[in-house]
Amino acid sequence: MRQFIRRHGWSYVFIAPSLLTFTIFTLVPVAWAVIISFQKYSLVRGGQWIDPIYKNFVTAFTQFSGVFVSAIGNTLLYAAITVTANIFIGLILASLIQPLSNRLRTFFRAAYYLPAVTSALIIGLTWAYIFNAQWGFANYILRWFGMEPVRWLSDPDIALGSVTLSAVLTIPATAVVLFSAAMGSIPPDYYEAAELDGAGPVRRWWHITVPLIKSTTLYLVVIYTIASFEVFERIYIMVPSGVGNSTQTIVTQIYNNGFKDLNFGVASAQALVLFAMIALVAVVQFRVLRSDVEY
Amino acid sequence: MEQIATRPALTQQRLAPRISWGKIGVTLVLIITAVIALFPMYWLFANAFTPIRGTPPLTPILVPSFQLDNFERLLGGTKFYLNWMLNSLIVCLAVTAWHVIFDTMAGYAFAKRRFPGRTALFWLILSTLMIPIHVTLIPLYIITRNLGLIDSLMGVILPGTATVFGIFLMRQYIQTLPSELEEAARMDGCGEFRVFWSIILPLCKPAIAALAIFTFVRFWNDFLWPLIALNKPQNYTLTVGVANLQGEFMTDWGVIFAGAALAALPMIAFFLAFQKYFLEGVRMGAIKG
Repeated sequence: MRQFIRRHGWSYVFIAPSLLTFTIFTLVPVAWAVIISFQKYSLVRGGQWIDPIYKNFVTAFTQFSGVFVSAIGNTLLYAAITVTANIFIGLILASLIQPLSNRLRTFFRAAYYLPAVTSALIIGLTWAYIFNAQWGFANYILRWFGMEPVRWLSDPDIALGSVTLSAVLTIPATAVVLFSAAMGSIPPDYYEAAELDGAGPVRRWWHITVPLIKSTTLYLVVIYTIASFEVFERIYIMVPSGVGNSTQTIVTQIYNNGFKDLNFGVASAQALVLFAMIALVAVVQFRVLRSDVEY
Repeated sequence: MEQIATRPALTQQRLAPRISWGKIGVTLVLIITAVIALFPMYWLFANAFTPIRGTPPLTPILVPSFQLDNFERLLGGTKFYLNWMLNSLIVCLAVTAWHVIFDTMAGYAFAKRRFPGRTALFWLILSTLMIPIHVTLIPLYIITRNLGLIDSLMGVILPGTATVFGIFLMRQYIQTLPSELEEAARMDGCGEFRVFWSIILPLCKPAIAALAIFTFVRFWNDFLWPLIALNKPQNYTLTVGVANLQGEFMTDWGVIFAGAALAALPMIAFFLAFQKYFLEGVRMGAIKG
């Protein structure tokens, strides 16, 4: 025992602080989230198992005439549009800044990156101002062209579209930076060889650049998909009322059920649904990566 | 040598007339997208630096008049704005200090030391990397409440210390360091803690810089958990406070703009000062955006 402590004691001392807070604030909550989703939990009386055991999951999907189902639909729609746009815009912009001089490339990367260092909440606020029905910039432009102003954030038919548009127009800085780094590491002889064979710039881009940065693309698809599944701040600040449930997403549902209605069981059930969706994305990434690393 | 020198020139000559229109197009696209990227933030600042009382004008302010009127009313009229800033600063400094010290320690142990349970523990930590806080919000709230930490800064700081990304980052970095220095120090009779403190820690500076910046920015911008964990206005962090300005100053938009701009300003300044580390951090997978 004594020898064990002498040999390994310091190793455990080094990991102890991290392990302690990790256990209390990450590990236990993960396990507990699963348990609570099968319980009725009150802050006074604690958790009680319910009958049938899956009742919270039924409630999660059926309460308030199935708003959670439309919240999932909204989240998936938001994810599909923003992920596609982010990858596409990131790829195009990274390709366009690639041939520039070092200084210009750094300048554009910084310009695209600047909004990303500010919180999602404040970015959301700035877009709420732009979409303000009365004095917002978007309606100013419409008026300038002689068009009718639009109720961007209060019309239930377009509010989610406005939030999605704001996300699409927020330049995907991570994609630009990572694509740009990946393109920088492609050996120049590939391009020279292709050029000698008579391939034009577009064909060189499509047949050399795009295939060689595939693993970066896949990584970005995964992180953007997960991030858009978790969208909250933008929605919370741009459309606080939810506009008659038309802008509910998975996390706003978890937040409302958990911290407005104190319905912890149902909120945890919904959190597990989110977790399952994220796990699915991670598994797909893993499989694709494993089957497709070679170029 | 000659060949290498002449080839680019030939290429340019051959392509020059065709490219020039394309070049103009490319430059235009890049400038327009840069404007789109920066405009919302610019407009916020233009509004914040122009005296606005009540509703903003219907013709948008595009050039600020560089007056501090709104800021004076923000700092004079909101009871707690400076408290919020201070709270955010305390949270960020505490969480960052924790991660810099203890993630490096843990990363070192997982990278270089051999001890029973190492692999299992590392995989346990790694497996939670993908689990977002949104999944654990409810039990996290119950635990924090049972510890009596709801509505205190500790209730934001302690859960903040439990993120595992830094351990993973530091382990990856320390694995690339040579072991000779460590062993030499040990031969010279250095204790284990001194090996860590005087040998490993200084070698980790670049990774620590990225980790510190990433952690600070992340918790300065954090919103959902502080929103849940903090109740009294004087305890808010800056993002939560700014989100509530709209309710408090329903009609005085100048104050709201100033509050939002002032909350964004430190991170923008921080970014301009440490740009290189930020972009490096993105490459290491540390920063999302």
